[in-house]
Amino acid sequence: MSSIAATATVAPARRGSRLRRRFARRPVAVVGLVGVCIVVLVALFAPLIAPYSPNASDYHAILKPPGTSGHLLGTDDVGRDLFSRLVVGTRASLTAGVLATVLAVVVAVPLGMIAGYYRGWVDPVLSRITDVVLSFPFLILAVGLAAILGPSLVNAAIALAVAQVPMFVRIARGEVLSLREQEYVQAAVVNGAPTRVILFRHMLPNILSPLVVQVTVAIPAAIIGAAVLSFLGLGVQPPTAAWGTMLSEAQQYVSQAPWFALLPGLAIALTTLSFNLFGDGLRDVLDVRMRS
Amino acid sequence: MKWYIARRAGASLLTLFIATIVVFIGVRALPGDPAIALSAENPSPKVIQAIRHEYALDKPLPVQYLAWLDHALHGNLGTSPKTGLPVAQTLAERIPITLELTVLAMIIAVAIGLPVGILAAVKRGSLADYLASTTALAGLSVPHFWLGILFILAFAVDLQWLPASGFVPLTDPTANLTHMIMPAAVLGIGLAAVVMRQMRSAMLESLGADYIRTARAKGMSEGTVIGMHALRNSLITVVTVLGLQLGVLISGAVITEQIFVIPGIGKLTIDSVFSRDYPTLQGVILITATGYILANLLTDVAYSLLNPRIRVSGGAA
Repeated sequence: MSSIAATATVAPARRGSRLRRRFARRPVAVVGLVGVCIVVLVALFAPLIAPYSPNASDYHAILKPPGTSGHLLGTDDVGRDLFSRLVVGTRASLTAGVLATVLAVVVAVPLGMIAGYYRGWVDPVLSRITDVVLSFPFLILAVGLAAILGPSLVNAAIALAVAQVPMFVRIARGEVLSLREQEYVQAAVVNGAPTRVILFRHMLPNILSPLVVQVTVAIPAAIIGAAVLSFLGLGVQPPTAAWGTMLSEAQQYVSQAPWFALLPGLAIALTTLSFNLFGDGLRDVLDVRMRS
Repeated sequence: MKWYIARRAGASLLTLFIATIVVFIGVRALPGDPAIALSAENPSPKVIQAIRHEYALDKPLPVQYLAWLDHALHGNLGTSPKTGLPVAQTLAERIPITLELTVLAMIIAVAIGLPVGILAAVKRGSLADYLASTTALAGLSVPHFWLGILFILAFAVDLQWLPASGFVPLTDPTANLTHMIMPAAVLGIGLAAVVMRQMRSAMLESLGADYIRTARAKGMSEGTVIGMHALRNSLITVVTVLGLQLGVLISGAVITEQIFVIPGIGKLTIDSVFSRDYPTLQGVILITATGYILANLLTDVAYSLLNPRIRVSGGAA
C-alpha cells in the first residue's frame, strides 16, 4: 500500500522533470524562454532600468542618433530618450497582450467546456456565436469594438480578447468532447460528483496542455494587435510610451531618423519571436503524437 | 456530397444572418443619435425627422433592423454624411483595390511558401529545413506594419526603386504594379510563412504514408514520388489554409493600406472610424463579414471537391 502511495506521489514529479528535460534539449525553445523572461523582467523593473522619464523632452536633442551622449538609442521628434520609452513601453505592450489573453481564457474556457460537456442546445448555439465572431476579420472586429468602446489600452485589450475567444472556445470544447467518455469522468458521474467538480477538478487539468500552448500563441498575437491598434490611434494614447504609438510617431521621420522606426519594431519582433519559439518548443514537448 | 454543401450553405446563411444583427446592434451602440450620424453636418430638424422616418428610427429596434436589412438587400447601405455619396458606391470603388492587393499577396505567398515548404519537408532535419523553419517563424513574428516601414525605407527612400505610397488604377498596369508590389509583398510575406509551415507539415505527413513507400518500392523516381503523389495530396491542405487566411489578409490590408495610402476598404475602415462616418463603417464591416463567410463556404466546397473521402462519404471527413 505504502509503495503504491509512494509511486502515485512520485509520478507527477517525474513527469514534470521529464518534460523539463525534454524542453531543455531544444536550444531554440530555451532561447525563446530566456527572451520571454527578459521581456517580463524589463516590464517589471522598467522604472528602475529607464535612465529618464519616458515623457521628459529635451528640445536641444531632437532626433539624435543612437550613441549620442546621454542617449544610448537616440531621441525622438520631441527629444525624448528612446531607450527609456522602449523600456517603459514594454509594460503597455505586455499588459495588453497578457490582459487580452487572460480575458479570453477566463471567458472562453468555461464556455467551451460547458458546450463540450453538455452538448444539447448549448453546443450548437455556442458554435454559431463563435462562427459569427470568426466571420469578422480580426482587425476589422478590433477596430469596430475600439470605435464603440473608445481608444485606450484596456479597451484595446477587450477588443483583442473578443477576437481571441472563439479559438479558446473551440480548443476547450474539442478537448472536453474527447475526455467526456473517459472512464475517470464516467466514474465521477456515477459517484454523484457535481458538474462543476467534474469539469474543473477532473477535466480541466487534463486539457491544460493545449490551452497553455494556445496561450503562448495568443499573447504575441495580442501584443502585435495592441501595437497595431496603438499605431492606428485606437489603443494606447500619446504621450504614453507604447511600441505601437512610437512607430506611428516615427513614420513621418523614417528618412531622416530611421532608428526612430527601427527600434520599436525590433522590440515587437524580438518579443513575439521569443514567445513563438517558446510556444513551439512547448508544443513539441507536450504533444503526445510528437512524443510517440 | 450535395447534402454536405447544402448543410454548409445553410450554416453560412445562419451565420450571416446573425452577423447582420451584430453589425446593426454594434453601430446602434455607438455614441450619439443615429439620425444625426446618418445625416450631413448640422442637419435641420426637418431633415432629422425625414431620416428617422426613412430608416424607421422612430420604431422599435426589431422593426429598425428589418428596415435596415431590407435596404441592405436592395443594395442601399445608406449615404455617407461626410462625402454625401452612397456607401454602396464607395464600397464598389474600393473593394476591387483591396481584392487586387490580397490576390497579389496570395500569389507572392504561394510563390515563396510552397517551394520552401517542399524543400524543408524533403530535406527534413537538414540545414535547409532548419533555416526555412526559423525564417518562417521570424516571418510570423515580424509585425507586417513595421515591415512596411522598413520596405519604404529600403526601396523607396534609400534605393528609390519603388514609390513610397499611392495607387494608380489598372488602366496603367505598369504603374499600378509598381505601386502595389511593395504593399503586396508586405502582406504576402507573413502569409508565405504560414503556407511554408503548412506545406512542410502536409508534405511530411504525405511522405510518411504507405502509398509513398509503395511508390518508392515500385522503383519510381524521387521526383515522381514527390511531384506526382506527395505534392498533390499536400496541396489540399494548403488550399484550405489559403482560404481560411483570407480574414487575416483583410486584417493585414487595413494597416497596409494605411501605411502605403492605398484607397481600399482597409483605409476606408480607419477613415470612417475617425470621421465618425458610421453608415460607411457599418457597410464596410457588413461587406467584409459577408465576403469572409462566402470565402469560407467556397473553401469548404473546394476542400470537399478535392478530398475524395468527402466526395464518397458525402460529409465532412
